[in-house]
Amino acid sequence: MRRVLASIVIVAAVVVLLSIKLNAFRDYQIAEIATYTTAVAGLTVLTGLSGQISLGHGAFMAIGGYTTALLLLHLSWPFVIVLLVSAAITAAAGGVVGVAAARLSGPYLAGATLMLGVALPSIASAYPGTFGGDQGLTVVFNAPAFLGANFPLTRWQAWVATATALVTLTLLASLSRGRIGRNWRAVRDDEVAAAVAGIDVARARVLAFVVSAACGGLAGSLLAVITALVAPGAFPITLSITLLTAAVIGGLGTLPGAVWGALVIVLVQPYITNVAYSHGLSATTSANIPIAAYGLILILIMLAFPQGLQGAVSRLLGFGLVPLKKEDTSERT
Amino acid sequence: MNAPRPPTTRTARRRALTAVALATAALTAAACSSGSSSGPASAASSSGSSNAPLSASAPGVTATTITVGSHQPLTGPAAPGYSEIAPASNAYFQYVNANGGVYGRKIVYKYRDDGYNPTQTASVVRQLVLQDNVYALFDGLGTPTHLAVVNFLNSEKIPDVFVASGCDCWNSPSTTPYTFGWQLDYIREGKVLGQYVAQHFKGKKIGYFYQNDEFGQDGVKGLDYEIPKSMVVARENYVPTNVNIAPQVAALRAAGAQVVVSFSIPAFTALLKLTSLKVSYAPQLVVSNVGSDPITLSGLVEAFAKQGGATVNGNQLINGIITDGYLPSTGNTANSWIALFKKVHDTYDAKAPFDGNVLYGEAVAYTFVAAMFKAGRNPTRASLVSAIQGGLPQGPAVAPYDYSSTSHFGITGTYMGTITNGALTEEGSALTTDTTATGAITSYTGTQQEAPASGVPSP
Repeated sequence: MRRVLASIVIVAAVVVLLSIKLNAFRDYQIAEIATYTTAVAGLTVLTGLSGQISLGHGAFMAIGGYTTALLLLHLSWPFVIVLLVSAAITAAAGGVVGVAAARLSGPYLAGATLMLGVALPSIASAYPGTFGGDQGLTVVFNAPAFLGANFPLTRWQAWVATATALVTLTLLASLSRGRIGRNWRAVRDDEVAAAVAGIDVARARVLAFVVSAACGGLAGSLLAVITALVAPGAFPITLSITLLTAAVIGGLGTLPGAVWGALVIVLVQPYITNVAYSHGLSATTSANIPIAAYGLILILIMLAFPQGLQGAVSRLLGFGLVPLKKEDTSERT
Repeated sequence: MNAPRPPTTRTARRRALTAVALATAALTAAACSSGSSSGPASAASSSGSSNAPLSASAPGVTATTITVGSHQPLTGPAAPGYSEIAPASNAYFQYVNANGGVYGRKIVYKYRDDGYNPTQTASVVRQLVLQDNVYALFDGLGTPTHLAVVNFLNSEKIPDVFVASGCDCWNSPSTTPYTFGWQLDYIREGKVLGQYVAQHFKGKKIGYFYQNDEFGQDGVKGLDYEIPKSMVVARENYVPTNVNIAPQVAALRAAGAQVVVSFSIPAFTALLKLTSLKVSYAPQLVVSNVGSDPITLSGLVEAFAKQGGATVNGNQLINGIITDGYLPSTGNTANSWIALFKKVHDTYDAKAPFDGNVLYGEAVAYTFVAAMFKAGRNPTRASLVSAIQGGLPQGPAVAPYDYSSTSHFGITGTYMGTITNGALTEEGSALTTDTTATGAITSYTGTQQEAPASGVPSP
């Protein structure tokens, strides 16, 4: 845990330095990266550690986002409290989904969560009085006054999002290294053996959904304040798919992998668009290339590094982030 | 750093492969829905600028260029049709660049894809403003998408001109002084359509069919200002994500609606027509301009029928639909504006069909160039705003703009017409009105100016 805390402090310091050195758009990207890191970290714990898949995590982000928008709009609470309440409400929703999920597995679970991801955001369209319909709700979020009137909003957003992401990562690391994390892994690897060993399988699986949904809620809350809007269109099914692919690209079940995944989501797409654009391709063509490139990257990483970018990093650096001895041999066969 | 142990390799690989398969399928689906049109992006040939003292008078303006940005749905659900707009605008800018530019400066148009997703809009617009330093945001497309950036643009004092949406939310000069609408707003359009229906279908039963968002609701608001409540026998709405509109059509039929007024996007106008046909229900359709472009509509009707295993003649089916238009009809080849835009289209954007989307893109680009000429030889961001607030010449629109320091609404009127043989036939002169319940609808007596011979607005 001491190493985790040390690396958290280092990352925080680097982010603060970067946010001051780089331009406002890079600050905005830092905030986006931190937001997606929070969501992907929750998903990677759910899928990688407890062995349950979710194709509807965008729905949890939607719940967190709408909760934040409504609380800020009607009650104007301090943002820290709004963030925590959003996480709590999303966790409760995750509990409900988790109870259903604990009875499903494999493609059935994937299908059920996919349905959640497709259907939930349309509730906002169905009740325009409360949720603002398709045009959504505007979220007002400003930097605190003590930072001065000229403090860039994007820098404050980067700080808030990064702080939330780091706290989330710390809590998840501590959780997954303790008894709960051991139970999840036991359930994932062999449900019967876990039950025989005295683990309440259903409880472990539901808890994983609760924790994972809370992370999704936090991310949704951050997304609402950095984009200044929540609308059904911000939570399409492709968001849920993107989160899952990010977890896979980063390295399923590893928290640093969540950071890698978030970096890929935020940075690769605009970079490829820019390269295509600057090579004289039309904007319409350039817009389509990242979608293809994203798929290609996913396939290449899976072929070259089945354990994702984090697996690749730890193997290339040759240190024991991930004990690979036994699995290495099985992989070559 | 310590990390939780990953799953064993075999389960990890299996799980990863499942995820990859699902993700690939989803991404393929997303890619397939994107627009197929692509326009030329290379800059136009250079033409010598005069020796006038042109300076870098504002961010995004240099002695030789004006860089403007936009967010557009080039991929995703709104791409079919709408992805034609930005290349068409760019085609007109290239034409202007090749014909002397704006006081010698060339317009560089950077439009980026937001996939009609507000999160992406927020991101690409910040990139355009904070990193690419665009002078102005031009023709950002969509209500939910543009709402995500309207406060940001105004707090950064970026001119946010001619939003591609008829929401009345762009008219708020006191809170968003840098934002301007352009196209006819849906309330005014609803009023004009409503008056036509009330006058021409006296004693008939009227049904409404509308998209359940601000587009449809504002339209219905306008209709209700003009059509007596007693005439309306059914009010049915749809959400764009659910293509099964059989229940709505059944309700309209059961209520005995003889005229159906539809505030729908093209896909749902086509579905309305086909679903009615299936149950032998043939009300007179009165459709908003948004959902009535004949070329788009007949193509959709034929494509949807084909999916259902039937072959229909699209142009024959949409014959007789009553609609309105705030730009000249693309079928009106005698009109000097249509001739100009057709010429520009054939030179710079020939791959796209010359339909309502292309006309829209070129006409809004023309308006922007006119505003830039008015903003002065060395424009600032503030001078563009005050130039528009001082009023703009009508240009390709059929009725005047409403621009002033107290109104940021765009086009104020529209003509009625009927679709005949795959083209919109204009009927009567343009009708102008305001957005209030009591505001009169009057025939516009002014005549539309001819398009300039050079094709470029004069300073």
